[in-house]
Amino acid sequence: MTDAAYNFAYLDEATKRMIRRALLKGLAIPGYQVPFASREMPMPYGWGTGGVQVTAACLTPGDTLKVIDQGADDTTNAVSIRKFFERTAGVATTERTAGASVIQTRHRIPEKPLTEGQILVYQVPIPEPLRFLEPRESETRRMHALEEYGLMHVKLYEDVARHGAIATSYAYPVRVEGRYVMDPSPIPKFDNPKLSGMAAIQLFGAGREQRVYALPPYSRVVSLDFEDHPFEPTKADHDCDLCGASASYLDEVITDDAGGRMFVCSDTDYCAGRRAAGQRGRLAPEGEA
Amino acid sequence: MTAFDRTLTASADAPLLSVQDLTKRYGRRIGCERVSFDLWPGEVLGIVGESGSGKSTLLGCLAGHLAADEGQILYRGHDILAMSEPERRLLSRTEWAFVHQNPRDGLRMGVSAGGNVGERLMAIGARNYGAIRNAASDWLTKVEIDPGRIDDRPRAFSGGMQQRLQIARNLVTAPRLVFMDEPTGGLDVSVQARLLDLLRGLVRDMGLSVVIVTHDLAVARLLADRLMVMKDGRVIETGLTDQVLDDPQAAYTQLLVSSVLQV
Amino acid sequence: MIEIENLSKRFTLHNQGGAVIEVMTGARLTVRPGECVALTGRSGAGKSTLMRMIYGNYLAAGGAIRIGGLDVARATPREIIRLRRETLGYVSQFLRVVPRVPTRTIVAEPLLALGVDAGTAHARAEALLAMLNIPEALWTLSPTTFSGGEQQRVNIARGFAHPYPALLLDEPTASLDPANREVVLRLIEEAKARGAAIAGIFHDEAARQRLCDREIDVTAFAPARAA
Repeated sequence: MTDAAYNFAYLDEATKRMIRRALLKGLAIPGYQVPFASREMPMPYGWGTGGVQVTAACLTPGDTLKVIDQGADDTTNAVSIRKFFERTAGVATTERTAGASVIQTRHRIPEKPLTEGQILVYQVPIPEPLRFLEPRESETRRMHALEEYGLMHVKLYEDVARHGAIATSYAYPVRVEGRYVMDPSPIPKFDNPKLSGMAAIQLFGAGREQRVYALPPYSRVVSLDFEDHPFEPTKADHDCDLCGASASYLDEVITDDAGGRMFVCSDTDYCAGRRAAGQRGRLAPEGEA
Repeated sequence: MTAFDRTLTASADAPLLSVQDLTKRYGRRIGCERVSFDLWPGEVLGIVGESGSGKSTLLGCLAGHLAADEGQILYRGHDILAMSEPERRLLSRTEWAFVHQNPRDGLRMGVSAGGNVGERLMAIGARNYGAIRNAASDWLTKVEIDPGRIDDRPRAFSGGMQQRLQIARNLVTAPRLVFMDEPTGGLDVSVQARLLDLLRGLVRDMGLSVVIVTHDLAVARLLADRLMVMKDGRVIETGLTDQVLDDPQAAYTQLLVSSVLQV
Repeated sequence: MIEIENLSKRFTLHNQGGAVIEVMTGARLTVRPGECVALTGRSGAGKSTLMRMIYGNYLAAGGAIRIGGLDVARATPREIIRLRRETLGYVSQFLRVVPRVPTRTIVAEPLLALGVDAGTAHARAEALLAMLNIPEALWTLSPTTFSGGEQQRVNIARGFAHPYPALLLDEPTASLDPANREVVLRLIEEAKARGAAIAGIFHDEAARQRLCDREIDVTAFAPARAA
């Protein structure tokens, strides 16, 4: 039921138009951070205000929305954002990856490959990949403009020098179409390869930092690395204890105080889909499927 | 650097840097005015003068940190002031180097010694960690820092070591032209001597051309081939270093030389 | 090799009321290859001034100083730097060096500056230091703490490291013991024999007699002073 007091998808039309313009510019210049006039949203910064504004600007009444947080549809953040749009836009929602036309995500890319016509919206805390080494915004913008990305490798160098390997495991920097270096948001580096050549549109929104950026379908996205320390998408060395999947990203769940733990797919829809099809993991409850 | 290498043959016996009537004003105040000189490959030019004489302004204009108002700077025949910013910045991190008086201005204090030295290599496309690390280690040795400290941050280094690290970071890409702003200022006398010796060796072995700003005439005597004396933004006197110091012609230079304890 | 014509020098003391002091006028001097010429005259007559002008350390007010085709009185700093590197050596009475540099490197420096490889340059430096009886234990130390005589010998070794075609010697045997004095005299004789043109100040009369082909009294170049 739509709350009639709100404009469709909460934001007023002028704001949505402003954000769409920024998004179009972002799509035209893949990986480039486009400033936009981020609005106050009825949720705190850090809870997805950037992603919500991008989603609001993209939604049409015919869309079906899926919201995930760390891969799960049933966590607080995902549930409240989904409810937010049910109430303010009245759009259909789903937990099925394949059934959604717009997917807002925090920290994951769904395991099931997305298709043309779908939009994946990322929530981004800090859009500037160079920030931690160069605090001056004026300087990082110049570095992007002039493609001076040596500093990005300094960060990776420091990783290898300190840990013997590139220890960055999430928000792993990428180069887009051989041009802009981009922060893919805090997705695990396991998901990095999915960024490249994706059929869906990928949009990134940072509310507090007032930036959006984008990857058009089938963009070439390369994870930065060294020749002798190549990029490796890593995950826990286990199969999913519920569905038995060997190639999906896993969460570690502590099950008791005696050190018991299990590994389960972080993508709840993917895991449920496999179990529905009869796949079973080590600890799958008896009688399921 | 292919764009520059193409003209290399023509410049074998030409000045590396040729400055004509360089002027920089701060509103109505003069920063430096109508400064002209040529710098040849392998030559060290000292710019001396008191605080406020315009020597740092001149250095800033030459290195592209400040925008000159008038004049021309030719580097290997290329008009620096007409260059686009990307070209100029590429020059600054390949063929040029800048050694700041305060190493904190020239180093990344939060990055290890190896990362500091390796940055310029990575900036021009080095992507092999092992090779970058070896180069960094070599350079630490060259500037007399124990390579075992390659993973330490500059904060853990003494002032003299930080300055030597800054020099390594600058020279790792084998630049041709180095700008130095009071590189030995703020260091103890014994540490200064060590740094001077190191710089002299590097200048000779790498064939560096150097523009060094200093108010210390003893430093100028030991490092510079030629001197340029500045006062109130203008060049008062130029010449061979020992000639300017031992037989100064201009009234100001005579005063400057005679006010210094024996150099 | 060294040809001086009508050379004059004056100092203008801007900070002492602009006083102009004429110190030399009409100086002339020729030193041919293989010849050693002594500059004589009482103290203050201008021997050192003339030496310094030949080396380019003092600016000439007028006249010409031709060394191997270059007029030092008109040359650019760059040309003088090259002349000093390749052609004209100078053994002064004082050693001025970066404090920390080892003696061996200081002696080898003129060769290193010419691009001679470090091995050859250091070998030559060591041979000279040994010849001049500088104990091997001192080679790796800076000469700044050496005695006056030792510093003088380091200076001489440095001046003779490269076989300059022209040499200026300022009291090369002062403060040397007889044995080292003899070594230095032989070095100078060898330089003459290979054809170096040498001009020098020798207060050591016996040395002057033994080495010099001619004497030039610089008192003759002193300007007539208005009484």
